[in-house]
Amino acid sequence: MANAVLELESLSLRLRREGRTARVVDSVSWRVARSGSLGIVGESGCGKSLQALAVMRLLPRPAVDFDGGQIRVDGTDIIGLDAESMRRLRARRVAMIFQEPMTSLNPVFSVGEQIAELLRERMDMGRQQAARRSVELLDEVGIDDPARRARQIPQELSGGMRQRVMIAIALAGEPDVLLADEPTTALAVTVQARILDLLDSLRANRGLAVVLITHDLALVAGRSDEVAVMYAGRIVERAPTARLFDRPSHPYTLGLLACRPRIGEQRRTLPTIGGQVCDAFERPSGCAFHPRCPFATERCSQETPALADEGEGHMVACFESARVRETGVWPGV
Amino acid sequence: MSELLLKVRGLRREFAHSGGFMGIRSGSFTALGGVDVDLMAGRTLGIVGESGSGKSTLARCIVRLTEPTAGSIEYRGEDVLAMGSADLKKFRRRVQMVFQDPYGSLNPRLTVGDAIDEPLRVHRLGGRGQRADRVVELLETVGLSADHRDRYPHEFSGGQRQRIGIARALAVEPELLIADEPVSALDVSVQAQVLNLLVELRETLGLSMLFIAHDLAVVEHIADDILVMKSGLVVEKGKAGEVVSAPKEAYTKALLAAVPGHWPDPAPGS
Repeated sequence: MANAVLELESLSLRLRREGRTARVVDSVSWRVARSGSLGIVGESGCGKSLQALAVMRLLPRPAVDFDGGQIRVDGTDIIGLDAESMRRLRARRVAMIFQEPMTSLNPVFSVGEQIAELLRERMDMGRQQAARRSVELLDEVGIDDPARRARQIPQELSGGMRQRVMIAIALAGEPDVLLADEPTTALAVTVQARILDLLDSLRANRGLAVVLITHDLALVAGRSDEVAVMYAGRIVERAPTARLFDRPSHPYTLGLLACRPRIGEQRRTLPTIGGQVCDAFERPSGCAFHPRCPFATERCSQETPALADEGEGHMVACFESARVRETGVWPGV
Repeated sequence: MSELLLKVRGLRREFAHSGGFMGIRSGSFTALGGVDVDLMAGRTLGIVGESGSGKSTLARCIVRLTEPTAGSIEYRGEDVLAMGSADLKKFRRRVQMVFQDPYGSLNPRLTVGDAIDEPLRVHRLGGRGQRADRVVELLETVGLSADHRDRYPHEFSGGQRQRIGIARALAVEPELLIADEPVSALDVSVQAQVLNLLVELRETLGLSMLFIAHDLAVVEHIADDILVMKSGLVVEKGKAGEVVSAPKEAYTKALLAAVPGHWPDPAPGS
């Protein structure tokens, strides 16, 4: 796959706290191609958002810093890039949107002005051209009556519209890649679906590559070409989306699938994954998931399973993956 | 036939648009446009709707954190809106709320033990020693332990904080729990734990519940009956199973279609 626009290779990040260090992202590799989309799924603290911040080179240093590996944009490692090159990269190549659009927008300027300002800076546009283009961008992200909306301040827009404005801002520099970190978590469900539809159409129409970061595995079903499931800083399973849902092969993936309530089923008690996510400084020996895993054996507490290719692009880091796939359900379902 | 616990009729609430940005807007906004609710004792009523549908305003009106502009609220036949402060205090012992944000709803300067003790002190439920025992009992009821008493909210995860919020609500032995988006800020695996806890408590304590959420799958899981709200009005109501299997209103259908994740079950052994 020569056409990966963004590629992480064995990326590791370390966290420093009270004189100690721990790996919060450990040898993570993935890639996303033009028009492609990758879903990165995991719970709070699994390192999924830090990867996106690392790509933007916005890590909260020195608390979190690079600890090996590469981040390649069109084949060039960006970890060593100087500040000016990084600024250009953020302006034109890789953009990011966050969960809470309100905190990322300036409350006292109209949204049109905010987009126009970026266009003038990033795209060297003149004042009038930027103003025109900002209305076009609002139209492209599906905002009705864009000329009127462009004159409004963020408070006058709904949550869904603000997130659309954030997407318009992210698109202002015509980036190749959009990193979307829980872009719809703060939004109502029907709005959520429309925002995800918008991202899909941007992939199809502009060749945008989308990395969708979320805690909700259900959200990426039907939205991403590929899904990477993360646990405690590592990818534990990665597969084409349809295959992941059809043949989940890591116990954690099964657990995530099982514990979400689904329409029309009559379960009084939801299956749960016992225990809780481990702290980066108290990582269990062997497979980090073993203390919570109903499939764990003696070996799992001693050796760490590597992410192994099981064919058809399906990667799993589990000694018991054959048994997990055979069972197909989280015990107790 | 069980007793009608809560009867709400024609509840309205308008908010004046005093603000907007620097007073740009004016006029009024109807958060509730005349809502009826019936909740039988021992039942769980799920209220589903999107942000701005009025579901949280409804909850706040019922406990009189927000005063409705019109309509009536009866609790076990008593007129809630006519209650004076003494009656209201008694009423609020019987009806407790759990909020969405487990970060914002706990005082960061109070230990968890003090936070759970607070409602006991306010309602003068027992002496110091009795209350201390009760705090430990409550912590254990929600799946925490006595060791957690002297810690502060920031030392807990989101799911644990929501458990603390539930313990605090249960402290005064309420009959009715109003849970406003209690799991929507939580990771999916933690959501399942908190939902299970609520189901278990409902059964062991015989609680009635108003469960408010935007996620229809979550509401269907926990509720006996569902009320769908949109723009301050009830657009559909019925038994939970019927509302999701045979929705009558276009809006309910749209909400159902928007529930993420219609994935096929994995085929075991495939």
